[in-house]
Amino acid sequence: MKRKRTSRIPVGAPTLTKNDFKSDQDVRWCPSCGDYSILAQTQRILPELGIPKENVVFISGIGCSSRFPYYMNTYGFHTIHGRAPTIASGVKMANPDLSVWVITGDGDALSIGGNHFIHLMRRNFDINVLLFNNRIYGLTKGQYSPTSERGTKSSSTPLGSLSLDTPFNPISLALASGATFVARSVDIHLDHLRPMLKAAFEHKGTSFIEIYQNCHIFNDDTFILQREKENKTDHTVLLEHGEPLVFGAERDKGIRLNGFQPEVVDTTNGKYTTEDLIVHDQYAEDTTLANFLAGMSDTPDMPHPMGIFRSVRHPCYEDLMTNQIRTAKEHTGEGDLEALLNDGETWTVS
Amino acid sequence: MRKPVEQIEAATILFAGDSGDGSQSIGTQMTETTALIGNDVATLPDYPAEIRAPAGSLAGVSGFQLHFSSEQIHTPGDLCDVLVVMNPAALKMHLHKLKPNGILIANTDNFARRNLRLAGYEKDPLESDDLTKYQVFGVELTRLTRKALETTQLSMGEIDRCKNFFALGMILWLYNRPMEYTMKWIKAKFAQKPQYIEPNILALRAGNTYCDMTEQFAVSYDVKPAPFEPGTYRNIEGNMATVLGLVAASHRSELPLVYGSYPITPASDILHGLAKYRNFGVVTMQMEDEIAAVGVAIGAAFSGALGVTGSSGPGLALKSEAMNLAMIAELPLVVCNIQRAGPSTGMPTKTEQSDLLQMFYGRNGESPIPIVASSRPFDCFESVYEACRIAVKYRTPVIFLSDLYIGMGAEPWRIPEISELPEIKPNFAVSADTTNGFEPYLRDPETLARPWAKPGTLGLEHRIGGLEKSDVTGHVSYDPENHEKMVEIRAEKVARIANDIPPTEIFGTQEGEILLLGWGGTFGALRTTAENYVAEGLPIGHVHLRHLNPFPNDLGDILHRFKKILIPELNSGQLLQLIRATYLIDAIGLNKVQGQPFHVFELHAKIDEILKEMEHF
Repeated sequence: MKRKRTSRIPVGAPTLTKNDFKSDQDVRWCPSCGDYSILAQTQRILPELGIPKENVVFISGIGCSSRFPYYMNTYGFHTIHGRAPTIASGVKMANPDLSVWVITGDGDALSIGGNHFIHLMRRNFDINVLLFNNRIYGLTKGQYSPTSERGTKSSSTPLGSLSLDTPFNPISLALASGATFVARSVDIHLDHLRPMLKAAFEHKGTSFIEIYQNCHIFNDDTFILQREKENKTDHTVLLEHGEPLVFGAERDKGIRLNGFQPEVVDTTNGKYTTEDLIVHDQYAEDTTLANFLAGMSDTPDMPHPMGIFRSVRHPCYEDLMTNQIRTAKEHTGEGDLEALLNDGETWTVS
Repeated sequence: MRKPVEQIEAATILFAGDSGDGSQSIGTQMTETTALIGNDVATLPDYPAEIRAPAGSLAGVSGFQLHFSSEQIHTPGDLCDVLVVMNPAALKMHLHKLKPNGILIANTDNFARRNLRLAGYEKDPLESDDLTKYQVFGVELTRLTRKALETTQLSMGEIDRCKNFFALGMILWLYNRPMEYTMKWIKAKFAQKPQYIEPNILALRAGNTYCDMTEQFAVSYDVKPAPFEPGTYRNIEGNMATVLGLVAASHRSELPLVYGSYPITPASDILHGLAKYRNFGVVTMQMEDEIAAVGVAIGAAFSGALGVTGSSGPGLALKSEAMNLAMIAELPLVVCNIQRAGPSTGMPTKTEQSDLLQMFYGRNGESPIPIVASSRPFDCFESVYEACRIAVKYRTPVIFLSDLYIGMGAEPWRIPEISELPEIKPNFAVSADTTNGFEPYLRDPETLARPWAKPGTLGLEHRIGGLEKSDVTGHVSYDPENHEKMVEIRAEKVARIANDIPPTEIFGTQEGEILLLGWGGTFGALRTTAENYVAEGLPIGHVHLRHLNPFPNDLGDILHRFKKILIPELNSGQLLQLIRATYLIDAIGLNKVQGQPFHVFELHAKIDEILKEMEHF
């Protein structure tokens, strides 16, 4: 089942190119940072979306990823740590025709901005959130983050004082917060990342993409199994709507549900066939399947699902508010300031 | 036979009882009626933080004081002529506010042993000699209300909840006010629950008739209408005036209003009020926290709306980082602070004006933000409107300061004509004016305001943020000289607002012995005090500042025309510090930090003391 674009952001711009979306500022991420790739893919897909460039707004918080808006030749606002979702909500509410993108990181979105992140998801503004997850604080020089695995050695947890916190699973958190579009991709998997970015735009409602991103300075190779070409076929599984969950270099492995536990099975030994595997349904209203899939990345030896976990249509906050305003005007008429000031009991002194 | 009516100039009444006894409700009704028959009136609700503290306890006492007069008045009165208490706890809490020979009306049905013990009385004060200096009227309010309502279908509990209207009926009789306005209100209030309309009206009438028929009161009183400037008036609370001021600014500027807020006493009424005006295009967003509330307002401002957020001191502490972002990004934003008693959670339902220095300095770095303060309930309208005007014209966050006392207090307001309201012009950037393309920090040479370019405008795509910006281009800059220059420009921009505000008005003597200098909700007490001295021919002046940052250009001059500057404040001397530092003047403070407004007699005492010292030297 193929669903068409649901976003109502006006499109039909003059033909633009990738270069139209590049600003005149020098990009200042460390050489070979995963952010370069995400920036380039975003600049590549934007012309294909057909949105006039003046209708695009990038909003970020604080962190390495949050420098992103400076490199985009669109409207941009580099705000304060963790608060980008709130500012993006205000931008979108005041002008629902804008295509609003939030660029954030694991510390920005899940630690200092954790509260705003979950509330943005449940309000379902038509905003796209790209979370660059590198499981570390980069800009502040290598402290462990809310997605760092327990036992991470970092500048704030050196030697024998390894990190004690259980990490957040961003996908599970987004699902639990009522997110209507939840996806995962990888910074350098260009052919996967681009369609995810497009799908996020095309989804009407808050779209959340967790992007595995490598910080080779402070947390190099944290996603080595999911990111590197030689590993990824055995350690990731692509989610495709209506398709069974098959993976492996030989496409010989699959994911089946054993009771309430997903398990990896061999589809070539005669015991199981693809008929036994989970068939992905990204449009399911119920989040049970999406939650099973999300939990896989917390389970040792399971491949990490990549792709769209969930894509459902719910009302957007800005549309509900616009409707309230329209209904109020229909019922009581356009606001009359003089009548408002003179409302209630008045008396006249002559 | 009609009992005699005595003409008096003014009266102050205090209704007090348990939180659930309806003192606020009948206080408000007495205020409405009194305003509608033409008196000047000022009110002071005084209620506990607990929604329903244990019945009969001291902590649960809720009070409502109103002062009305045939002359112009500015305060809810120091001491009361009439105190209505629903239980012993209310008596214990408020008796000290009753004038000698004042009228005390007590619901004797609630003076049983348990309630007496809860209030800390060992014996019934109504039967002791402690109250001999007052006129005590014990009334079986509960029993009489039950009797009057015995034919209704209500349960006993529901009947007992009508007894506040019995008390109001008595007070309306005592001051010769009509019952019709209250009846009209009862009908509107219970339109959806019509079974309560008749019983409440019955209770009101019963209280009224009770005074007529019994020998309790020998005389009643009348207060003639006060002289008012011609115009149409309504009674208004400060927070409601703030709501209307914001809607008016949005309407006049044609900027849609986006109000982000998080519930907090005493600012929540602004959120409640604005949420009713969707037909004006007003967007209210109850956010997950105070930071999100200011965040959406900033985002809306970036998008080209009138972004406003409102809270009280603790909320302002949380918003400070975001306010600084709006400051450096130079976006219009209005931040309302309805102050309450701090520090920390402090006393949320008590008034104070102790956030002034927080508003001036409570942000990292050099962060000048204009501050506009309201002086009285109706002034909230003009002051918040002025805050919006400055924010839009100068592309800056502006703090609007109010407080619990004026936010929840009410008084008559002459409704302005729309044409009297100053213009607010957004003047959005529509095209790049220079050959270098759009320069987001290229300033208006007069106001130093930068262009406001809203997303969606072709050719003006630009990036802003919290990092220091290069002058003119707005690019991120770590250049040392540029940083210092930008700090100076931002300060100068705010300083120039002083050129855009009217000359300072001095009440009373224009130069002389003592200048009373105040700001915010102390206006009423200060003006009443000044009027009293001026009436006696003493050379005392009063200046009440609306603009606190920047100060008016003529303020230094004015201060030097008086021998003594007295700055009364409901804090430990915050404006005092600013005035001393700015003008090198040895101003004197009069400070009260009790969660209560000034009494006029407290100001008199201080001024008399200063005058005496001055004679002495």
